[in-house]
Amino acid sequence: MGFAGLFFLSSGLYMGWSLGANDAANIFGTAVGTRMIKFRTAAFISALFITIGAVVSGAGAAKGLGDLGAVNALAGSFIVSASAATTVLWMTRAGLPVSTTQAIVGAIVGWNLFTGNPTDQTALTRIVGTWIYGPILGAGIAFILYFIVRFALERMHIHLIRLDKYTRTGLIIAGIFGAYSLGANNMANVVGVFVSASPFVDITVMGITFTGIQQLFLMGGLATAVGVVTYSKKVMMTIGSNLYKLSPVTAIVVIVSTATVLFLFASQGLQDFLISRGLPSFPLVPVSQSQAAVGSVIGISLAKGGKNLNLKLLGNIVMGWIMTPTSAALLCFIALFFMQNVFGQPVQM
Amino acid sequence: MKKQERSGGIFTSKAKMIQMEMDRYFSFVDQGAMLLEEAVKKYLAGNVDGFEEKTKEIDAVERSADELRRQIKHRLYAEMLIPDSRGDVLGLLETLDNVLDVAKHVSTHFSIETPEIPAFLVEDFTELTETSVKAVLELTLAVRAFFQEVYRVTEHLDKVHFWEHEADTIEERLKRKAFASDEIKLFSKKVHMRYFCERIALLADEAEAVAERLAVYAIKRAI
Repeated sequence: MGFAGLFFLSSGLYMGWSLGANDAANIFGTAVGTRMIKFRTAAFISALFITIGAVVSGAGAAKGLGDLGAVNALAGSFIVSASAATTVLWMTRAGLPVSTTQAIVGAIVGWNLFTGNPTDQTALTRIVGTWIYGPILGAGIAFILYFIVRFALERMHIHLIRLDKYTRTGLIIAGIFGAYSLGANNMANVVGVFVSASPFVDITVMGITFTGIQQLFLMGGLATAVGVVTYSKKVMMTIGSNLYKLSPVTAIVVIVSTATVLFLFASQGLQDFLISRGLPSFPLVPVSQSQAAVGSVIGISLAKGGKNLNLKLLGNIVMGWIMTPTSAALLCFIALFFMQNVFGQPVQM
Repeated sequence: MKKQERSGGIFTSKAKMIQMEMDRYFSFVDQGAMLLEEAVKKYLAGNVDGFEEKTKEIDAVERSADELRRQIKHRLYAEMLIPDSRGDVLGLLETLDNVLDVAKHVSTHFSIETPEIPAFLVEDFTELTETSVKAVLELTLAVRAFFQEVYRVTEHLDKVHFWEHEADTIEERLKRKAFASDEIKLFSKKVHMRYFCERIALLADEAEAVAERLAVYAIKRAI
């Protein structure tokens, strides 16, 4: 892989960095913000389990994204990824709960439009559908979990000091699940568009073959780890004290319900199991972690009687559904035009 | 006063240890209030030696409680425990300390000023002391519930408010009796009665002040 290859991968690396900086912070935000867990512990768990999730279970959601449009030239992948990344950056600046997923989907549709490839309507409907039921599912799970936790706490008479200890353990376990699910579901957003144009070749070391795709996911994992280490602390401190204030116990509920949503849409094993039993299954597509989290917070507000329900958050989600993919598609379309006609790089095979 | 128990051996976890220390602290508050009741009753019965002995015990309890409170505070910070509600817990312990301070003040001032309590006020003073102490005992129940069964805090707090109100009523009745009386000749002695009556009732007032805080902390603690 030459310099050009590395350069074209840079936008994917940025997406990975952003995943580590922002989405990993969603997992441990309250825990670190309220000083229940040290940042160092949170960073280590996030980096490790996001990478494990990506390598073990990341392929399913990446394939779901690939069905939408198989970006098959590296320069094209670069533009798709870069447009999505830029959109994420803009939306974050605007303070919207931005979804990397929606940005990347918009950008892929932009690539399809530019190159004249048909957009698979079924795949698109499937993915867009999850934007709606992702937050709803998150709200439902959080709603139920909240009552279970409250019921248990009211009956178990745990001393405040002891509860503190259990809460820390709970935050770590929930964090592991959260990081794993994030890697499994959202790494597709980072490396998905590079799968069909991967510059990596299979390497065999001592009889073990390390496929190009695996190398790609590992690279995404490493970029994420860098994002966690370099920037997520700042975001964690903001989430812990600013965006929506959660108690450490409710934070566990939010992390678990968010992670469950991401897990449901990423687990090949679960899908096979449900299909084999003739049950309706969850499509393997990337869903938005921040929106599932916002859905979970809303679920808890509802469980508490809906008094603290922040309708603005709900409005922001809906706005994100429209703004993010549209801007990413438009930006991608324009950028592809420049890449092809000004820089003379092939954006499709 | 019986010798303090050691809080835990080498196998006791830090969490368990601090839990035990807190329980002991609340017991000190209970003891302080109950000792005051004993002291006042002995004073009213004319048993000066018995009263002085109780006063010393109150002093000792207050000192031990102070020391223990500092230890708990240190531990909560050093062990990085309950970062989320640490401020509330420390605030609670400090205001509880005010209750003990009042108990100590009352007994000390009885000892220094030796007020002459006329026979017709003895019963009222006894009742006022008993009622104020009930407010404190109910408060420590509320505090214990805050740590373990937060949803039961309110029922105890309601009782604290009830006893505080009762104490107010007795306080007013006592003052009216003292000032309307012909038996107490000197105005200064009437004022002296008022002073002690207010001091004793302050115990219930302080208990109520802690109760007000606790009500807010309990809401914050609900998940």
